Amino acid sequence: MKVVKRRYLAVSIDSDETLGSRDFMDAVWGAVSRLFGEYGASQAGLSLIDYDATKKLAIVRTGHTTLEMLRTALASISQVGKKPVAMHVLAVSGTIKALQKRLDDH
Amino acid sequence: MKRVYSDLHLCVDGDKMELFSRAVGKASKLGYTLIAIPSRKFSEEQIRQARETCDRCNLDFASRVDLRPHTPEELIGFLRKLRRRFDVVAVMCESKNVARQAAKDRRVDLLNFPQPDFRRGFFDAAEAELASNCLASLEIDVKPLLTLEGPARIRLLSSLRREAATAREFHVPVVISSGVSDEMLMRRPRELAALASLFDLSGRGACEAVSKNPMAIVKRNREKLGSKFVAPGVMIVRRGGNG
Repeated sequence: MKVVKRRYLAVSIDSDETLGSRDFMDAVWGAVSRLFGEYGASQAGLSLIDYDATKKLAIVRTGHTTLEMLRTALASISQVGKKPVAMHVLAVSGTIKALQKRLDDH
Repeated sequence: MKRVYSDLHLCVDGDKMELFSRAVGKASKLGYTLIAIPSRKFSEEQIRQARETCDRCNLDFASRVDLRPHTPEELIGFLRKLRRRFDVVAVMCESKNVARQAAKDRRVDLLNFPQPDFRRGFFDAAEAELASNCLASLEIDVKPLLTLEGPARIRLLSSLRREAATAREFHVPVVISSGVSDEMLMRRPRELAALASLFDLSGRGACEAVSKNPMAIVKRNREKLGSKFVAPGVMIVRRGGNG
């Protein structure tokens, strides 16, 4: 069976308002499907692993082949529900543990 | 070697120092090493202040001028007057005649085409051939990619894909810049490169478009503007006496 390599992304949310995890994921799904269509979005294997609304930090999982696709989609988000928002990828890793370590170093 | 990144088109109002300082701070935080801000109205004093603000944030500041001539003659006049005052000279090509003149003039660094208006995409094969024989690079601003939606963005992507392919065919360097005035639209260099993949720039080509290509322009011009420059490859090393 083909092993799916995963990538975990730490995403910082730059906004004056606080976003809920639902709003965040809706924005990410929306951006992916607007840019790459429903077919592309279905390949992304997107999943929200952790969301900290106070730190404005999210950890998202995707496949290693769709990493650049997700990075592009995140960069294209400029507003969520008329509120200006920017999302920046802080770190990428193959395991959550290594990602946490990178974030601590950051 | 660690890659250094630059944004050659940060459209912050240089007169509003608070806004300027915030944008500079944010650019530094996002991982840029060099920024250029269009500053035609800047006095020498304002450029010095801007450099000091950037120094405090460990950023290199390059002065840039955006020229919007209506005719080729006007462009030549602007270049004669302004070339030696700025590190980077960009021409906003709003007509075909101006675009052709800009592409064949070695004093022009960047060719910028008004993007949301796809009917005015003058970067065709003839333009690219002229640019490849000179030193001009194609500058693509990502701002419209972030602000447009739906069919307008689709048309824009299609036009950018065509321009990027033409630039690749004729070996014209591509420079990706933000072109934004709003802090919330500023993106990390890797994110600008990722957005470039939307118009089929390869991963390596996109990374070079935010690092190597803009850096090469600034380095070349600073050498030329320096007092020791004589001709490409010839520099004054030491001045001798009359005897």
